[in-house]
Amino acid sequence: MSGYDLDSVDGRIEALRRMLTIRAFDETAGERFADGEIPGFVHLYIGEEAVGVGTCAALAADDYIASTHRGHGHCIAKGLDPTHMMAELYGKADGYCNGKGGSMHIADVDAGMLGANGIVGAGPPMATGAALSIDYQDRDQVAVGFLGDGAVAQGQVHEAINLASTWDLPAIFVIENNQYGEGTPVDKQHNVDNLSDTAAAHDIPGITVDGMDVTAVAEAVTEARDRARAGVGPTIVEAETYRFRGHYEGDEQVYRDDEEVERWRKRDPITSFKERLIDRGELTEDEFEELQAEAEETIEDALEYAQEAPEPEPSEAYDDMFAEPVPEIEAFARTARTDGGDR
Amino acid sequence: MAQAGVEQTETMTVREAIRQGLREELDRDEDVYMMGEDIGDMGGVLAVTGDLVDEFGEERIRDTPISEAGFVGAATGAAATGTRPVVEIMFSDFMGVSMEQIMNQMAKMRYMFGGKTEMPVTVRTTEGGGMGAASQHSGTVHAWIAHFPGLKAVAPGTAASAKGLTKAAIRSNDPVFVFENKMIYEQQGEVPTDPDFIVPIGEAAVEREGSDVTVVATQRLVGESLDVADDLSDETSVEVIDARSLYPLDTDTIVESVEKTGRLVVADESPLSYGIHAEIATRAMEHAFFSLDAPIQRVGTPDTHVPFSPPLEREVVPGGDDVRDAIDRIA
Repeated sequence: MSGYDLDSVDGRIEALRRMLTIRAFDETAGERFADGEIPGFVHLYIGEEAVGVGTCAALAADDYIASTHRGHGHCIAKGLDPTHMMAELYGKADGYCNGKGGSMHIADVDAGMLGANGIVGAGPPMATGAALSIDYQDRDQVAVGFLGDGAVAQGQVHEAINLASTWDLPAIFVIENNQYGEGTPVDKQHNVDNLSDTAAAHDIPGITVDGMDVTAVAEAVTEARDRARAGVGPTIVEAETYRFRGHYEGDEQVYRDDEEVERWRKRDPITSFKERLIDRGELTEDEFEELQAEAEETIEDALEYAQEAPEPEPSEAYDDMFAEPVPEIEAFARTARTDGGDR
Repeated sequence: MAQAGVEQTETMTVREAIRQGLREELDRDEDVYMMGEDIGDMGGVLAVTGDLVDEFGEERIRDTPISEAGFVGAATGAAATGTRPVVEIMFSDFMGVSMEQIMNQMAKMRYMFGGKTEMPVTVRTTEGGGMGAASQHSGTVHAWIAHFPGLKAVAPGTAASAKGLTKAAIRSNDPVFVFENKMIYEQQGEVPTDPDFIVPIGEAAVEREGSDVTVVATQRLVGESLDVADDLSDETSVEVIDARSLYPLDTDTIVESVEKTGRLVVADESPLSYGIHAEIATRAMEHAFFSLDAPIQRVGTPDTHVPFSPPLEREVVPGGDDVRDAIDRIA
């Protein structure tokens, strides 16, 4: 397992630590974006932590995930280092993508993370492809494609699920239903009651679980993973969740009212998991605070590192296009700016 | 020179040459497999894959659902995770269905991820008018791919280059699109049989030497330009270059020829505006401006779709007569 099997106390504490780390990362990213330090735009995972962590808790370290535009939580859940993630958000040379990806494209293929993705619905075909490699080479792995509720309307999602189910590939499709596809509520975008109902079209299991409950998500994904490894094909797991922040930072959220947000905040996945662990005698309030402080410190260190890390050289814009370089780009590279990008 | 083994050759059609190239690469590397519509038992709608499924089985010659976004997307994900898919898109016009996966995933992943993944995927497809297949099965779209950063595009004009480029594409760790022309599958040529033979991506071939005018051609127009050159041999010495690779483009070979002849015709079946012709002409202008003795001429599809009715199709699909007219205008 990924080092935090929810069947053990240590694993449950680790899951809580990762949820806290995600929360701290995204709160910091939101603040630094508002301050204008982080370029571009960011989509925060706050409120949805149980889905990414519950899913990755059910995976082995070498399983694959393909993420979405809201990918920070998936990265941390999969075990990526927040330091190089934050450096990537800052566009720094030793960010995960050497500054070429940013928030929406963080990837670490060697760690099984096939990339956040700026195209809604692009993750499932990627997961089907990874599952195809696994199946073709008889490897004991699975591939998870995360998608949002909005992506369920995308044709390529259904094509990916159809291919994976027709070929019995070891894939799992995790729908993070956070109730809004960008600014439009889920019931205005889909005709089914549960998004997992779409599984019927592919004759595969589809299950809807409480996405604010890390254990419920992990149980569903564990079952899906067993099925995938048994060679009988993919499963759709829909996790009902909620994003506490806007679609993107700066979103005025005219499409929902404060009361609705408050109602969901009362179901905060971190608070409820913490309380459950305390009730079971596996955690004390002091230990929780210590975990929280550690998570915040990890992110403070990551932030400090990212702020101080060197920028990429302008000439690096010409690197990494191809494994086998082409003369066209080599010629353009000879005219690279040498003064930090200003001309 | 990587063109090892050119000594031993066999006469075969473009279709046979491509299939031989596919067979050799499937033999050479177990991580290579094919995916596409009707490529298995049916042998491909234009019979290119033929009996490969009998040799390699359904695991390696995989019939897909009619689902270009799904299987092109899956090929992209598979290429990023350790296998080397070769995709057939039945007609290049159908690439539109999978364009998101091509332009935003396949082309960008390596770069966006800071070089931390390879993308060894090959996409084969067939282009071109001439068989009354009408607008949605006759397009020539390779300029889209040649234009789009992160993708490589080749468009062979002879049986040998079709085989050699197919093999090079499969061996490449970059996404390479092989644009076959459906009207030349029966065209014969001498093809090297050494399994190590490849045509390196980015190298054009001078198919016929000449001194008065250079014709840079692709696909079907290579053969038709060679015929024109034969017809004109008493009056005009025509050099014919098969561009072979569109991106990267072999600027040096083209420039060297233009410096010699001073005249250039670019013959490619894609639509004339904003495309392959403009790029080749620009490179000649940038590097051989003072060698040019006449305006560069373009032969291509005159910005229409390919119509169904034979007289209409003949009007817009470029051919040898158009190449000849272009030569006559400047030489």
